[in-house]
Amino acid sequence: MAALLEVSGLKAFYGQTQSLYDVGFDIPTGGITTLLGANGAGKTTTLRAICNMVRTDGTIRFDGKNIRGMATEEIVRQRIAHVPEGRGTFTTLTVDENLRIAAYTRRDKQGVKDELDRVFAYFPRLKERIQQQAGTLSGGEQQMLAIARALMLKPRLMLLDEPSFGLAPLIVQEIFRILRRINEEEKVSILLVEQNAALALDLATHAYVLETGKVVMSGPSDVVKNDENVRKSYLGY
Amino acid sequence: MEQLLQQFASGLANGAIYACVALALVMIYVSTDHINFAQGEMAMFSTYLSWQLMTWGLSFWAAFIVAVALSFVMGVVIERLILRPLHNAPVLSIIVVFIGLLAIFNSMAGAIWSYLIKEFPSPFPKSSFGIAGVIGPHQLGVVLVTLIVLGLLFVFFRYTPLGLAMRAAAQNPQMARLVGVRVDWMLALGWGLASSIGAVAGIMVAHIVYLDPNMMAGILLYAFASALVGGISNPAGAVAGGFIVGVLENMVAYAGNQIEKATGIYIIGNGEKLTVALIIVIFVLTVKPAGLFGRVVVKRV
Repeated sequence: MAALLEVSGLKAFYGQTQSLYDVGFDIPTGGITTLLGANGAGKTTTLRAICNMVRTDGTIRFDGKNIRGMATEEIVRQRIAHVPEGRGTFTTLTVDENLRIAAYTRRDKQGVKDELDRVFAYFPRLKERIQQQAGTLSGGEQQMLAIARALMLKPRLMLLDEPSFGLAPLIVQEIFRILRRINEEEKVSILLVEQNAALALDLATHAYVLETGKVVMSGPSDVVKNDENVRKSYLGY
Repeated sequence: MEQLLQQFASGLANGAIYACVALALVMIYVSTDHINFAQGEMAMFSTYLSWQLMTWGLSFWAAFIVAVALSFVMGVVIERLILRPLHNAPVLSIIVVFIGLLAIFNSMAGAIWSYLIKEFPSPFPKSSFGIAGVIGPHQLGVVLVTLIVLGLLFVFFRYTPLGLAMRAAAQNPQMARLVGVRVDWMLALGWGLASSIGAVAGIMVAHIVYLDPNMMAGILLYAFASALVGGISNPAGAVAGGFIVGVLENMVAYAGNQIEKATGIYIIGNGEKLTVALIIVIFVLTVKPAGLFGRVVVKRV
C-alpha cells in the first residue's frame, strides 16, 4: 500500500541553527508510527516541520501531494491534525468552544453536532466538563481535550507530541487505549512522538529512531524493540 | 439634584464614546500586543467620510452605515498593506508606523477637508427624544447607539464561529493555525472591526465636539485612560472603564463646583477634567497594576 506521508531529505532550521539533517520516513495508511529518540534528537522538530512551523528544506508528500512550504492552516485543512507538546488548549475558552473551533469553517450545524457526539463517545469525561474553561481542567483532561479537538478536524493523519507528558500512569494507559481505538475505528493514521519508548513501541506498528537530527534506525516495532542498542538506550534493560 | 443627574447623564454619554474607542484599542491590543496610536485619527477620518457623504445628499443614517463599512475596509487594508510586512519588526518600528499613520490621517483630513471647524448634525430629534432636565436627546442617543454596538459585538464574539475563531487567534495564534484558523485574516478582520467601532464613536461624538482634524486627540487620551483602568487585555473591562472614567470626571468637576459655590475656594473644576482622568489612571495602576478587571498574567519561567 502506498504511504500516506512520505518524508525525504528533510532539513529544519531554527534561525541559523540546523536541527534536522536529512530525515526520511514513510507513514503507512492506517498505521501507527512512532519516532523515538533522546532529548534534542529532533522529534518535536520533525512534527513541527511537517506542519511548516519551522523553516524546512526537503520534500514532504501527503497523499502524493507535496505539502512542504504550505501555510500551517492550509496543511491542517488537508486533514493533518497536530496535537502539540504541552497540549495547546485555549485555556480561557470553554471545552465546548475548544472543540467547536476545529469545525468553525463548517456550516452544517447537524454535522458538527454529530461530530461532537462521536468525539464525546471516546472522551465521556469531557462531556461532563463541557461548559468549563479549559484552563481549569486537570492535565489528563487537557490532553484528552487536545486529542478530541484534533479528532474534530476529521483527520486522516494525527501527529501526537508526547501525549504522556506529565500524566499519571493510569491516565496515560487510558489515553493510549483511546488512541488505539481511534486508529482502528476512525482509520486515522498516527505519528507518535514519545519519551516513553516502551509504551510507544507497544502501540506502534512501525518505529524510527532519531539521533541528533538523523534517522539511525527503522523497522517494524517488534524488530526495533528487540534491537540491542534500542533496548539499552531507550528501554533500559 | 437635577444638576447632578444632568452631570451624571452627560458623563454616561461621554463614557459611551470613551468605551467605544477604548474597545477598539483593546481589540487590536489583545491580538497583537500593540496600542494603535492612530485609532483616534482613523475615527476622525471616518467621521469626515460620513460628513462628505451627507453633503453629497445621503441621510444621516445612510452616511453612518456607509462610513462604518468604508472604515472596516480601511482597517483591513491598513493591516494587510502596512502592518503585515512589519509582522516580525521590533516594537519601536511598529510604534513609529502608528505615529506616522496618525500624522498621515491628520494631514490628509486637513488637506481634503481643511482645518476649519465644522458643525456636525445630530440624528436624534429634539422633541420626542431624551428626558427633559436630565438627559438631552443627543446624549441619550449616543448611549443607546453605543449599547447596541457593544451588544452586537458581544453576540458576534460569543456566539458565532467566526467570533470564536478570532478569539482563539488572539489567545494563541500558533495553536489557532493548528486547528485551521487563518490567523492573518483574523488579525485583518480585527483591524477592520476596530476601525468600524472607532467610526461609530467619531460620528456620535462629532455633534458634541464639532468636526475638525484634531477632534479625537483628547478623546484618545480618555480612551487610553479607560482601557488602562478597565484592564488593557479585557474588552468588557475597557467598556466598563470608559463609563467609569466618563462619569467620574464629571462627578469630580461637579463636586468641585459645589465646593466653590459653598466656600468660594476654587479647588477643581471643568478645566481639570483630563487631569482627573489621568489621576484616576495612576491611582488604579498603583493599586491594581492589571486594571480593575484585568487578569494578572503569570508567566512560567
